[in-house]
Amino acid sequence: MFKFIVRRLLLLIPILLGLSFLLFIWVRALPGGPATALLGERATPERVAQVNAAYGFDKPVLEQYVKYLGRILRFEFGQSITLRKDVTDELLRRFPATVELAAAAMVFAVGLGIPLGFAAAKRERSWVDSTAIVASLAGVSIPVFFLAQILKWIFALKLNWFPTIGRLQPTRELEHVTNFNLIDSVIALDWGAWVDTVKHLILPGIALGTIPLAIVARITRASVLEVLNEDYVRTARAKGMSRRIVDRRHVLRNALLPIVTVVGLQTGLLLSGAVLTETVFAWGGIGQLLSGAVLDKDYPVIQGGVMFLAVVFVLVNLIVDVLYAVIDPRIRVR
Amino acid sequence: MATVQEHLQSLMGNRVVETAGSSLTRETWRRLRANRIAMVGGAVIVFFVLVAIFAPWLAPYDPRVNTWFDQIRPSSVPGPSREHWFGLDESGRDLLSRIIYGARTSLVIGIVSLAIGASIGAIFGVLAGAFGGWADSLVMRVTDVLLSVPSLLLALSVAAVIGQSQTAVMIAVAVPNIPLFARLLRSSMMAEREKDYVGAAVSVGIKRRPLVMSHILPNSLGPMIVQGTLALATAVIDAAALSFLGLGSADPGVPEWGRMLANAQRYLNVAPHLCLIPGFVIFITVLGFNLFGESLREALDPKLRR
Amino acid sequence: MNNEPILSVNDLHVTFQTRGTTALRAVDGVSFDVHAGETLGVVGESGSGKSVTSLAILGLLPKRGVTVSGSIRLDGKELLTASEREMLTVRGRRIAMVFQDPMSSLNPVLTVGRQLTEVLLRHGVCTKRAAPDRAADLLDRVGIPSARQRLGNYPHQLSGGMRQRVMIAIALACEPEILIADEPTTALDVTIQAQVLELLMGLVRDSNTAMVLITHDLGVVAGTCDRVHVMYSGRIAESGERHRLFANPHHHYTRGLLASVPRLDLVGGKLTPIPGSPRDVIDWADGCAFAPRCPAVTEQCLGVAPELVPAANGCMVRCVHPATEPVSLGVAG
Repeated sequence: MFKFIVRRLLLLIPILLGLSFLLFIWVRALPGGPATALLGERATPERVAQVNAAYGFDKPVLEQYVKYLGRILRFEFGQSITLRKDVTDELLRRFPATVELAAAAMVFAVGLGIPLGFAAAKRERSWVDSTAIVASLAGVSIPVFFLAQILKWIFALKLNWFPTIGRLQPTRELEHVTNFNLIDSVIALDWGAWVDTVKHLILPGIALGTIPLAIVARITRASVLEVLNEDYVRTARAKGMSRRIVDRRHVLRNALLPIVTVVGLQTGLLLSGAVLTETVFAWGGIGQLLSGAVLDKDYPVIQGGVMFLAVVFVLVNLIVDVLYAVIDPRIRVR
Repeated sequence: MATVQEHLQSLMGNRVVETAGSSLTRETWRRLRANRIAMVGGAVIVFFVLVAIFAPWLAPYDPRVNTWFDQIRPSSVPGPSREHWFGLDESGRDLLSRIIYGARTSLVIGIVSLAIGASIGAIFGVLAGAFGGWADSLVMRVTDVLLSVPSLLLALSVAAVIGQSQTAVMIAVAVPNIPLFARLLRSSMMAEREKDYVGAAVSVGIKRRPLVMSHILPNSLGPMIVQGTLALATAVIDAAALSFLGLGSADPGVPEWGRMLANAQRYLNVAPHLCLIPGFVIFITVLGFNLFGESLREALDPKLRR
Repeated sequence: MNNEPILSVNDLHVTFQTRGTTALRAVDGVSFDVHAGETLGVVGESGSGKSVTSLAILGLLPKRGVTVSGSIRLDGKELLTASEREMLTVRGRRIAMVFQDPMSSLNPVLTVGRQLTEVLLRHGVCTKRAAPDRAADLLDRVGIPSARQRLGNYPHQLSGGMRQRVMIAIALACEPEILIADEPTTALDVTIQAQVLELLMGLVRDSNTAMVLITHDLGVVAGTCDRVHVMYSGRIAESGERHRLFANPHHHYTRGLLASVPRLDLVGGKLTPIPGSPRDVIDWADGCAFAPRCPAVTEQCLGVAPELVPAANGCMVRCVHPATEPVSLGVAG
């Protein structure tokens, strides 16, 4: 098992190297030349020369790449043009907000998606099933930034059930230890803040989680259908095992395998969807930072943000792979 | 004895005989036509394409003209009325015309980016699948890296580099398609390579290229079309997302569905139609592509054959 | 031995019908009895309905699109109208089943031990604490070496023959009255087939369990069963006591089956397969279903289906003019 994890970690290296190389090319392709682009409005000939020297843009390519790798490994992404803050600091500060949102969306997607998909599979070819199929197709067709606005309009503006923007009521004070509001409010024993956090999480969480919900429901349905036809399910029933046990121990355990893989891939959707959702709900996470950076042409932030999220995505997929090996004993032995 | 055999033949002929060997396209077409969902999706696609093509004739007004600017107040934007079926947008332009021309923009961006992404991806995929070895490993590593970045973020980075233009969006949206089609073609090629007829042909001395062209590629066509339809749906959404974020044409007058949704945010409370209408239009269009693409995939799936 | 049958199948009909297709009568009026301790063979090609019959007995046929009628009585209790809860006490406990393909019939993500203790605990055969010991014991009995360690193995870590032994262990775990074995050796290597078959016979004999052995392979049946039913197209074509049936089969299908078995001791003999395929069949409503492939077909065979009647060889035969001369093949008794 341990060897398996180590092997998977080693496979990460070429991917991360490839990613860094892509970004390397990316920076050099920026309009106006990398130094000018990275400086933005503050670009004066002296500053440009400084940056060129510091980043080595005038040196041979190979040397540049090595230096660049060094900086990336130390997580140095430079300074934000508009915010005048260190990009890495800002990313780390805002990361918990995005994680909370993504986690809420994932809980929504998986918590509803698996039972719905399971129910649809067991009632194959009934009207429940047909509705589920169409609903899931509709779910992946609706743009996140549209759904977010509709939810905001109906439930926040018109019905006033939920807040419209932000992570907490502006009047609330919460001491930021981890920057995960759910955790910080528990630490501070401020239950009001905890409830408030949850209320703020609901609409953005649903908006962000709807597409993954549709996908998880679909893959669950397909997977369960396939497993239901397997011989070992018939064997279990022939042994006299009850419906419930057969479903849980034999059907679900095996159906879970492709679902787990898909859930891992969904994180990519969640991360990119977060950019859009955070914009609509003014959520103080990396997503909002990125969308602002795009408008402002704040290249250091764009570079740092995309790289950061890509690495997170890769790591999550690694965890998913390990999880897969835990669930499926056939993988472990290899 | 003869009459017994004849009697038998007539009895056996009463059974339902399976039509063997009806061509793949005819069979698929037949199944599609029987599927109501597929027809609905197809109708939506056709409608969307027609609107996009005939935009200048269909739109009641010029989408860039903002003659009615005087009707706009900070807290009120006129909604649907007799003169303006979809109402006005926040700059005083006719929303219906902008939606219609926006279809044209979306269609063009969608098709062009898909064409670029699919062709580049297909070339790499065919090379990897046909030659194997180091070509294959190289393509796999590159697609691995490309796929490690979530697609919207990838498109975003590319668009940010190229600049503020529709061309940038087209290229940007094309990029995430490259690894998808590369993988698709590669696995198709590899599956076909394993098949017996290839070994037989090669052993008789048939050269590789004509084999690829006339046999292997056509067999991979089905999944490619399915993937293409679904990729087109994603392209429309991704392009809208990019213009929502502010990328896309530098000219604010150019109608883009995503941009409309971005501008609608400020007026959500007072003029929800600015958000609802463009959003709903995107939804229906993409849904049409997805319904059709999924039905096509089911129709092509040999496992589902009775 | 008590002469009352423990299982009694009467006029069983199983019809499959999905939307848009014609109804398929997989089992078309089958009746037979199983007595305690006896081994019954059910022989037929694919499509004869033999497997569907066994699934019907255990109530494992899908609910939608399937119609079952007739009667299946276990010790007097009617199974076809039994509730699901009642069936749960029958399956695995009173009637158990061994399936054809042991790789796909075992849950790949559960250990062998778990799949064994699961059925033991389900039917309350022993306590949770004692279960692993019982499981190891069972594995031992089916001839699996180092039984204790094997409990923690997963199915993919075992060979085909061992997996089938595990299946047998699971089936016999709760000491059922009847064991149904559906093609138990077909998916195994030829060399292992004989071993597994011998194991089955031994276990069944020791515990006086009745066995219904379903197969297409006459060789399997010849050495093991007390009575044999030959099925064709959903009905029983011929049935009787083993020696009598093999010594002098009257139905042309049975004869065809015997003639198509390759024989090592008949040097230079031709292989004579039954002409045509199972798909060359007519409806029983139109006459004898075997008619298109029968070498002795006449006009009388068409029009109305023959009945299952006693024949000269002491067996029941479904044929209007059965072959009566003894076949010139010596069959190992």
